[in-house]
Amino acid sequence: MNILVCISSVPDTTSKINFTENNTKFDANGIQFVINPYDEFGLTKGVMLKEKNNAKLTAIIVGEANVEPVIRKVLAIGADNAVRINMHPSDSYSTACAIANYIKDNPFDLIIAGKESSDYNGGAVPGMIADMLNIPFLNACNGLTVNGNEVELTREIDGGIEKISASLPIIIGGQKGLVEESELRIPNMRGIMTARSKPLEVLECNSAPLNHSISFDKPESKGECKMISSDNIEQLVSLLHTEAKVI
Amino acid sequence: MSILVYTESWEGKFRKSSFEAASYANEISQDLNTDLFAISFGLVAEEELSKLGEYGVSKVFSFPNINKSDNYNTTNFIAEYAKDAKAIIFSNTFTAKMIAPRLSSKLKAGLMSNVTTKILDTNNFKFKRQAFSSKALETVSTNTEKAIITISPNAFEIKNNNISCEIITIEDKLESQFNVIGSETNSGKISLSEAEVVISAGRGLKGPENWGMIEELADLLNAATACSKPVSDIGWRPHSEHVGQTGKAVAPNLYVAIGISGAIQHLAGVNSSKVMVAINTDAEAPFFKAADYGVVGDAFDVVPKLIEEIKKINN
Repeated sequence: MNILVCISSVPDTTSKINFTENNTKFDANGIQFVINPYDEFGLTKGVMLKEKNNAKLTAIIVGEANVEPVIRKVLAIGADNAVRINMHPSDSYSTACAIANYIKDNPFDLIIAGKESSDYNGGAVPGMIADMLNIPFLNACNGLTVNGNEVELTREIDGGIEKISASLPIIIGGQKGLVEESELRIPNMRGIMTARSKPLEVLECNSAPLNHSISFDKPESKGECKMISSDNIEQLVSLLHTEAKVI
Repeated sequence: MSILVYTESWEGKFRKSSFEAASYANEISQDLNTDLFAISFGLVAEEELSKLGEYGVSKVFSFPNINKSDNYNTTNFIAEYAKDAKAIIFSNTFTAKMIAPRLSSKLKAGLMSNVTTKILDTNNFKFKRQAFSSKALETVSTNTEKAIITISPNAFEIKNNNISCEIITIEDKLESQFNVIGSETNSGKISLSEAEVVISAGRGLKGPENWGMIEELADLLNAATACSKPVSDIGWRPHSEHVGQTGKAVAPNLYVAIGISGAIQHLAGVNSSKVMVAINTDAEAPFFKAADYGVVGDAFDVVPKLIEEIKKINN
């Protein structure tokens, strides 16, 4: 069984977000980049399936050389080999094209992406790949079992979950529940050492975007927080009722 | 020319987000001077379908035999019925977010996700959208002939524009790429993503046995209950209630955070809420920097008082 995990390199979730070049570019200065949290659940699931089902686990990332520390960490966690498509991922469509082109030449049984990346929050790449390769797709998956060529999945729906059975190949957008938070793996010294000698292939691609990012701004900062004494909850309720008009 | 809006139902009734999407689509169709059509998958009675007319939809294409989860077939039908459409508009449901990217690739139409504005420039499709987990807004545009738009949850109001809605039923049955075995609904009475009020609690509650007062408060306000990440990680509350950067993002009119300190990852999932109230014993808790109203106090003291005061105004 061949599994592909799609990885995005994103700012650490505790980062303060700033922009530069007249608010047209994300300011990466002083930012620590990490594996997209949603991808990390899929990566760990991939490693578990590899250990249990003797699968081969490949990781793919679209980005320039500065994303290599993140993909090396993916190798240290347990992917067998990695591919970096050397281009700036300027929108979801061009990123999906780059990954789909790779998969056309190198077929996989199971492709796991995250339900979205925590930077641009598009949540579009796996669905676009599904269309480009004409394979089944499910998003926001929070459970996956593989039995031979069949998979059973749960996906989040508004207000609940849905259980689905399908045949491979399939592409999914994953999230917490594929594995639990406590099952996420931290690279150990042996993993870090072996990652250095694992294959990391760099390929070129020039897919064109559909969207153009023009500029960024930050949401207006809220006014001061109105503090209310814990002995005067009547006032809080009155403010919520008459001033904010939310109850 | 037309605008096509994707609507979604649950057990035969339209979700509130479908009416939000229709109201938004109606404004776009007025700006572009086009008709507004809708598309619906799964069994929805005619009386319910005709409700779309209240939001300016003049025609709805209903596919009662197509399961809405079957994103391969739903995408193909939308593509077919969107030939004349200038834009296809989706609300922010999990199922819509599965179809929109597939459709974008199929039609080679730019996908604008998490949109928070109307079209900023009618000569091209230019919008603002939420990015960086609501820490920033990005202005994006596309030069494609059509645009696919998913709107940010609770960013647009439902607006009435009563017209009569023609119903066109298409009985096609197609084989799905997978089987839906079943579904389960969350225990909470109100869906977290659609709730107008969310009552959320954290480790300050000290244990799962103390959630009774949170549920009582939520019931009084017709609110959904939520929790912080540590609380769902320890298993005090189900994962489905976890809001924050790696959980659910919510945008209710009122978000009440009880015993939640307000880590940046938590705030990222809730800071699109219109009004936020923080209740915490620690006056230095970061949540007080983000909230509109704050109470420094113990949840076990403040929440029962809050319940009493709300009962008074409810009467």
